[in-house]
Amino acid sequence: MLIRTALAALIAVAGGAAAALDDPQTVLQDPMGSGMWNYHQKGLLGDPADIRFDDRVVLRAPASAEDSLNVPLLVDATAIPDVKRIVVSADYGPIPHILTYYPEQAEAKLALRFKIDQATAIRASVETHSGSWHIGSTYIDAAGGGCTAPAHAYASDDWEEKLGEVHGRLWSASGRARLVVDHPMDTGLADGIPVFIIEDLSLQDEDGTPLARLELHEPVNEDPAFTFYFDAGALPASVKVMGRDNNGNRIRGVLSEGELN
Amino acid sequence: MLTRRSALGLLASLPLAPRAFAQPRLSYDLTAKPLADGIWMVEGATDYFSMENGGAIVNITLMKGDSGLILVDTGSSRRYGEALNTLARSLDIRGISTVVNTHHHPDHFFGNQVFADRPIHALGGTRQAALDEGDAFADNMYRLLGDWMRGTEVVPPSDVIAGGDLTLDGRDFLALPLGGHTSADLALMDRRSGTLVAGDLVFYNRAPTTPSADLPRWQQALDALQAAKPALVIPGHGPADPTGDSITQTRDYLSWLDRTLREGARAGLDMVELMETPLPDRFAGMGAQPQEYQRSVAHLFPGIEREELPRGN
Repeated sequence: MLIRTALAALIAVAGGAAAALDDPQTVLQDPMGSGMWNYHQKGLLGDPADIRFDDRVVLRAPASAEDSLNVPLLVDATAIPDVKRIVVSADYGPIPHILTYYPEQAEAKLALRFKIDQATAIRASVETHSGSWHIGSTYIDAAGGGCTAPAHAYASDDWEEKLGEVHGRLWSASGRARLVVDHPMDTGLADGIPVFIIEDLSLQDEDGTPLARLELHEPVNEDPAFTFYFDAGALPASVKVMGRDNNGNRIRGVLSEGELN
Repeated sequence: MLTRRSALGLLASLPLAPRAFAQPRLSYDLTAKPLADGIWMVEGATDYFSMENGGAIVNITLMKGDSGLILVDTGSSRRYGEALNTLARSLDIRGISTVVNTHHHPDHFFGNQVFADRPIHALGGTRQAALDEGDAFADNMYRLLGDWMRGTEVVPPSDVIAGGDLTLDGRDFLALPLGGHTSADLALMDRRSGTLVAGDLVFYNRAPTTPSADLPRWQQALDALQAAKPALVIPGHGPADPTGDSITQTRDYLSWLDRTLREGARAGLDMVELMETPLPDRFAGMGAQPQEYQRSVAHLFPGIEREELPRGN
């Protein structure tokens, strides 16, 4: 009888220890209840201790993805002071990490598009310079399949000529910089097509000082499109676009408040 | 006391018991509204696909032919096609003789299966698009409508027709081979009554949909429809229109949509910001708004933005 009780106690202790090993050091109550958050808190964010869900991190997106290959998302963390970076991710999807944004001299706010593979919670995890994390969430319904389809670019035979083409402009009065870069952004999940993505993209002033910086991952949409937000009047007359893809192709462009087409 | 007989009786009653909790079989309640000489319309809801409406959101036209009824568009599912078949027999004991599909969107041709033994006419572009995109549409329709779709299989139209004079089951039409809502949109003008079956080139008090749209081409198609001077317009969605106002409204909405997206691109707006823009009063009250406007931003903005933004290298 005693032996049996002791064994049960041992199993309980071992079981408890195993569960604790899987848990992040700070366990949060996920407002989305999606089941994958603990895992991403450790894997994507490196299991920080100082972390919380925070309503001040706002994600704006349609409730349902009309086009799985081009889901728009606007992340607004301007209510959080002293932002160092924003990690944007999907809880469910073959590649959860969408991108990391370093606002540098821009506001902690970014508009982007990405590919979605199924209905999932989307997160923006905001790290401040003092190392505290603030997480915002939204939920997007989707029919699925966004990550495993070949890029549209391959339907035309001139995609190589357009590779790295930059379209964009500055709006100094409203503090906006918007750009679209032509790139297939292959996830590596479509049959026989290896990963081919832009990895780094930044806005810089004339002297090469970074104004805002992005690390891109596979789920960013084909022909990535971003709006960066600055204080009104804070943008210089022209801004350099600098980037590189995983095949070593360089992306070079200049945005200014020029003539619209 | 539990005898052998009562135990058997109990067992026999078991399969029936769960029925008390099961949903009734989903069924469409279709009515045919007489419009003109030998023409009826089955009017769809002006909403988006939902589990409540079972996808009965489209207008169907039935017209008297020599050997039965001519059916224009077949609805969103096999079950819908069956309901149409039953309804047609109540109007004409010979039922449906000939079928036409105006274009390849699923709410207009997914009932084809029921009429697969009769000629199903459409433009060549519609047949090809149904072959290319039908299965993907079916995936999405099963997701949106669940059991309403049970047993539905994609049956593309069988008989390709061209524009011009067309006789279907003894009834004379002018066939207008147009496009813009999709790559191939057929409008049929009934010679006898001047009734125009416009398909989804015309929406009335219901927001136009744009997943396959080419806006400039659509505007040209509306010019052609107006030039045909119809006595009555049966739009793809929304009430029948004797005034021609449905064509004007569709044109007005499409120009506003194009202008709004272009101005948004020229102001550096992102898709989410555009989706959150409130609609003007004259469009806000249309069926399926603001959802259709938001879908249109997703369909059209990436292309429009590329046209509007200057090159940066």
